Amino acid sequence: MSAILSPSLPAPSKAPRESALLLLLRLRTFIALFLVATFFAFMAPNFFSAENALIMSKHVALNAFLAIGMTYVIVSGGIDLSVGSIVGLTGMVAGGLILNGLPLGDYVVYFNVVEIIGIALLLGVFIGAINGLLITRLNVAPFIATLGTLYVARGVALLSSDGSTFPNLEGSAEHGTTGFPLLGTMNLGGIPLVIWLLILVGAGAAYLGARTPLGRHIYAVGGNERAAMLSGVKVNQIKFFVYMFSGLCAAIVGLIISSQLVAAHPLTGESFELNAIAAAVLGGTSMTGGRGKIGGTIIGAFVIGILSDGLVMMGVSSFWQTVIKGLVIIAAVVVDQFQQRMQQRMAMQMRAGA
Amino acid sequence: MTPHPQSASHPVVLQLEGVSKLYPGTMALKDVHFDLHAGAVNVLVGENGAGKSTMMKIIAGVEQPSKGRILLDGKPVQLGSTEVARAHGIGIVFQELNLFPNLTIAENLFIGREVTGAGYAIDNKTQYQKARELLRTLEHDLDPNLLVGELRIGQQQIIEIAKAMAQDARILILDEPTSALSAPEVEILFRVIRDLKARGVAIVYISHRLEELIRIGDYITVLRDGCITGASVMAEVDVPWIVRQMVGASTRNFARAEDHAFGDTVLEVSHVYLPRNGAPGFRVEDMSLCLKTGEIVGIYGLMGAGRTELFECIFGCHPDSATGSVKLLGQELIGKPVSSCIDAGLALIPEDRKSDGLVHSMSISENLTLASLWRLATRWHLKPQSERVATDKFVKSLSIKARNPLLEIGSLSGGNQQKVVIGRALMTDPKVLLMDEPSRGIDIGAKADVFKVMRDLAKAGLGILFVTSDLEEVMALSDRIVVMSNGRLAAQFEAGVATQEAVVLASNSGQLLVA
Repeated sequence: MSAILSPSLPAPSKAPRESALLLLLRLRTFIALFLVATFFAFMAPNFFSAENALIMSKHVALNAFLAIGMTYVIVSGGIDLSVGSIVGLTGMVAGGLILNGLPLGDYVVYFNVVEIIGIALLLGVFIGAINGLLITRLNVAPFIATLGTLYVARGVALLSSDGSTFPNLEGSAEHGTTGFPLLGTMNLGGIPLVIWLLILVGAGAAYLGARTPLGRHIYAVGGNERAAMLSGVKVNQIKFFVYMFSGLCAAIVGLIISSQLVAAHPLTGESFELNAIAAAVLGGTSMTGGRGKIGGTIIGAFVIGILSDGLVMMGVSSFWQTVIKGLVIIAAVVVDQFQQRMQQRMAMQMRAGA
Repeated sequence: MTPHPQSASHPVVLQLEGVSKLYPGTMALKDVHFDLHAGAVNVLVGENGAGKSTMMKIIAGVEQPSKGRILLDGKPVQLGSTEVARAHGIGIVFQELNLFPNLTIAENLFIGREVTGAGYAIDNKTQYQKARELLRTLEHDLDPNLLVGELRIGQQQIIEIAKAMAQDARILILDEPTSALSAPEVEILFRVIRDLKARGVAIVYISHRLEELIRIGDYITVLRDGCITGASVMAEVDVPWIVRQMVGASTRNFARAEDHAFGDTVLEVSHVYLPRNGAPGFRVEDMSLCLKTGEIVGIYGLMGAGRTELFECIFGCHPDSATGSVKLLGQELIGKPVSSCIDAGLALIPEDRKSDGLVHSMSISENLTLASLWRLATRWHLKPQSERVATDKFVKSLSIKARNPLLEIGSLSGGNQQKVVIGRALMTDPKVLLMDEPSRGIDIGAKADVFKVMRDLAKAGLGILFVTSDLEEVMALSDRIVVMSNGRLAAQFEAGVATQEAVVLASNSGQLLVA
């Protein structure tokens, strides 16, 4: 468990109470999940039914994908505000290709669904690469660079359909564009494809961070960029990677949503980035960089998802939901800082004792 | 030590009487007697660790003496804090200037003591006028509305002096004032100093630059290992005398390890230049040196001599601006980034391990393996077993006192942290090791360990280039000593031939002074 949460431990100090407290703090995301699930099991009717669990998982999955991509961006010391817009734009591109194909001069090219999915994913990666370029070559601060991309991508999405929706994305047999809705609605062995995808992407991302040099380098860049550079880490390449990965995750979400709705709307994804950041932060990702685990983020996404859905099931006004969500996020950061300070203090004590 | 001869024109305004300062583990000052003459430049010299900065801190009120007393105008006084010292008219200009680059000159001069008009509003007009007057008395008619960040270093220093003068300083401490100045700026500073002298200000001038302080100083005091070894009127001494007092007449026996044979040339640095950022001139100018396998070459020099910058050029930190040639076993590395240099067989231990050396959010083991991950991985997979084996190997060979390598790096002492940085470099299996101040900020025991490691590595065939500001260290460890001054190669000595005096003299040469 500690390998999933964090490999660097503070020393077991002479005060067993302190290390018990520290353990509690490091498991806080699990604890939060447990508390929130128990709370709603009592307060909301039908909370723990199988159908409800499935519905909640599908909601959570969308945020979790974005949060997974966001985690490594934040760990590397940056931030990606453009993911919501990438969700919208990739959905529109997929929808547009299904409905209208790609006009090339006198001809119109129609791609099949697999190719369309590939193009949308590539688009997400491409926008991520643009973010990476702005940040590494032009030295634009990540906040500003991705804020700019947020607006540009949203604008392009709106322009692509002049603001209207691309409806009826079933496709037509004569153009070979059928099959798109399967992505969002298909079940494999009783479990939605979307959940399988989440498991795949989540496990892959977690493996990357725990067991590959690339993943370790991401943590190094976020922890101390200069020390990483002097250790031979190719800092710019790492930054490109995290933004491209984030763009890829956003493209996945864009495809899933438009597949589930069988329609693509240019405003899809507005403010998704904030939920993604919230999930990552709740899961223990530090905004200063260098700390954060995929496992924690996924749990964080579940906590937010359960919180939102549970409050809806209780009939709590959506305005109160917003307040509660904000308080939870602030509490998560305060607790995280408290934990960091405790760990530092224990490390200092160790040093003094040594 | 006998005090300075009293001079009627330079009355003694401040005296340190029998001052000692004890820090945990070391006696920084031992029974020091020091006379500060008004209207004169009182020069304070000594090698690193001699006690200059401790003495200066005691006068400035930053530290208090463990024993002895301070007399101001003949009366004992307690300088409990910098505010108290300032109230007594003691001002200090630190080497690292304490200015706000985003504020104007006037705002900087009056920071914390703003001139307020009615109620809370800052009276900008009065501040402007007062600032202007102050600058004029220092013969620097600068516009007080200029942003300090836009001034040159020399001008910024004048602003710091003006700040001290604005608080009616009768005693002004200047800590290494010329280390960042160009030759014309030094002349301007000296003019200002002479003006202040004429107005009766007592100036404490701390510097390494012997030829400069001979020019500007009236009285000189030399410190070594916390004791005053020489005090005199400047007119009666010369540079060799100063060096003798700093260094000591006794020939020290630097126990050297058994000599081993050197191999072929492993590193060839030729005519490397690094231009200054946004200013004319070079930080590294026409540096060339050679290193053989098994050789330890020590690079000595003053602060600002360009030693760290030379390492940065060799290690690929400035691929776009460094020019010249850096060949490792014949492979040209100039213009290539850090990762290529590491792959070729170079490794760097940076000067500041806190900001450049360690990733504090990672564990000891993660820090150790950081530069070798692709080497340790099979394809893209990093087995915890391989990391553990590699970590244990270096923890043992470097005697890193870590109970558990999965602990945070912050749990280690400074010396052990330094060993982790060294271990990380060694894990890349380098052929040449660049060590920048390897023993800085670590205790005696860890220092001895580091030196032993260096000697063992050299015996095993590594070539080692190390930078140090510690004269004893460079004499004890080096097979060859290279002295840098002002970005250039000032001198080279073989181990048997070098004397401390020659090394210190060389580090001061190349200061372009207008006669």
